[in-house]
Amino acid sequence: MAATEEQLKTLREKARRVRIDILKMLTECGSGHTGGSLSATDIVTALYFYKMKYDPKRPDWKERDNFILSKGHAAPVLYTELAHAGFIEHAELCTLRKLGSRLQGHPDSKCMPGVEISTGSLGQGLSVANGLALAHKLDKSSNRVYVLLGDGELQEGQIWEAAMTAAHYKLDNICALVDNNGLQIDGPVEKVMGVEPITDKWRAFGWEVFDIDGHDMAAITAALDKAENVKGKPTMIVCRTVKGKGSKVFEGKVEFHGTAPSKEELDIAMKELSGETVCK
Amino acid sequence: MTEKVATRDAYGDALVSLGKKRNDVVVLDADLSGSTKTSKFAKVFPDRFFNIGIAEQDMMGTAAGLAIGGKLPFVSTFAVFATGRAWEQVRQSICYPNLNVKIVASHSGVTVGEDGGSHQSVEDIAVMRVIPHMTVIVPADGPETLQAIEAAAEYKGPCYVRVGRNKVPTLFGADYKFKIGKAHVFNEGKDAAIIAAGIMVAEALRARDLLKAEGIDVGVIDMSTIKPLDTGAVTAAAMRCGAIVTAEEHSIIGGLGGAVAEALAESAPVPMARIGIKDRFGTSGDQEALLKHYGLSASDLAMAVKEVIKKKR
Repeated sequence: MAATEEQLKTLREKARRVRIDILKMLTECGSGHTGGSLSATDIVTALYFYKMKYDPKRPDWKERDNFILSKGHAAPVLYTELAHAGFIEHAELCTLRKLGSRLQGHPDSKCMPGVEISTGSLGQGLSVANGLALAHKLDKSSNRVYVLLGDGELQEGQIWEAAMTAAHYKLDNICALVDNNGLQIDGPVEKVMGVEPITDKWRAFGWEVFDIDGHDMAAITAALDKAENVKGKPTMIVCRTVKGKGSKVFEGKVEFHGTAPSKEELDIAMKELSGETVCK
Repeated sequence: MTEKVATRDAYGDALVSLGKKRNDVVVLDADLSGSTKTSKFAKVFPDRFFNIGIAEQDMMGTAAGLAIGGKLPFVSTFAVFATGRAWEQVRQSICYPNLNVKIVASHSGVTVGEDGGSHQSVEDIAVMRVIPHMTVIVPADGPETLQAIEAAAEYKGPCYVRVGRNKVPTLFGADYKFKIGKAHVFNEGKDAAIIAAGIMVAEALRARDLLKAEGIDVGVIDMSTIKPLDTGAVTAAAMRCGAIVTAEEHSIIGGLGGAVAEALAESAPVPMARIGIKDRFGTSGDQEALLKHYGLSASDLAMAVKEVIKKKR
């Protein structure tokens, strides 16, 4: 049931297109979070175009899997995936962060189809995922809950409260992923407030943990497949990523955490992205 | 006023009857289920009860997820933790997305008494009231609590219901009908009106009787919904009596007194006094001693009424 070479090729191409759209919308908007959107692109692409069940025509379809972007500042990657998945028109992407837009600076579930819950204040998404997972267990439904965390976000105490809850209630219908790009606003995560060893911490909290290259589509899809077979405990996939992945203009540069590309930077990135696909 | 019931007990009973009627009702607590009385629900419906441990922030988020998953979560702990420790989770994960979560917090205000200032929530109404989408209910007795919980279950959207620890006199009979956003006028009064909430409604009724003996006709209004405030009832009382006293066991800043003052200033400015806890933290003592200590007893209310009447033009 592993992803075929053909599937992987399609996913890599999708991720490349998503990155292009992210950069275009951010440049058009003039503000927003570039680095953390690009680092998460391969992960979120695999979720929307390989793993998750959903129906863009019925965002509240009972049988859907849930995706929670706990690191809500990566809204541009979520909006772009939702456009590619058919929840909104591509044209709407250029309304990002503008007055009256459904594409709020951080995701707002009240107005944006496909967004399960408003996020933006860090540390809260895993608790919400637990609640959804408990609801699915009560309903004896097989829906799965995916939640994407940032590595800096792991500094929030609520994350570890939620980590305990998920293990305590044996929520094996949860698959959390951490976008471990190593950078937060004030600098390297390990310098600001170290979160390593990430895998040991989650294992100690009772989780099944996979540690992968978060830009390797084969590794991402394989880990998502394996997570489905884990019984009696939740799964954490630690995705080692590069902040700003996709163009040398942004890669590993902390200043692009919350800054949009200029027109010139966009031009350079477009040249890089229009060639070979960016992920392995 | 014979039978005495703690509003937290009425809450526990209301949960059980609600649980029997509705399969979607789930209950969360943070290691205080024996105190908040959610244990009554847990005993009957163990599969629909989730103890989250001493982790209030996580509990609020978990409740939000259950609500998205189509459940009707009731979340309980002490008022000081529900509204203080987890305020931002209530704001971001429950109110901002406008989710159908009911926060019912017990041991509010001075009712937690002996535990002291660390545990006495004198700010909870203020900090819940300020959040958009939030409804704030402070029932006065057992029957009103029962109905308030049923009404909150019917209502779609976040609610904060404040219940107390100690037994309080029963004020309402079987014919009473609670409605969110609707004040109950015990009597209209002529010289002044006391607008009260929670355990202070009983004190207000006692103050009314004290004043009656002195020939002063005071109206008493139970403002059990603090948000949305029944501004019609506030304005009518001001027009009729020309003087208003608010009574709450909560800070005079931002709670019932604050809400009524905001309404009056814009609609019918009349002399007003806010009786409550005067911008200070709590201290240990039993409920009755604390009511006296903070100037919240019936005789304090009666005195405040006389003072405010003097200011009438």
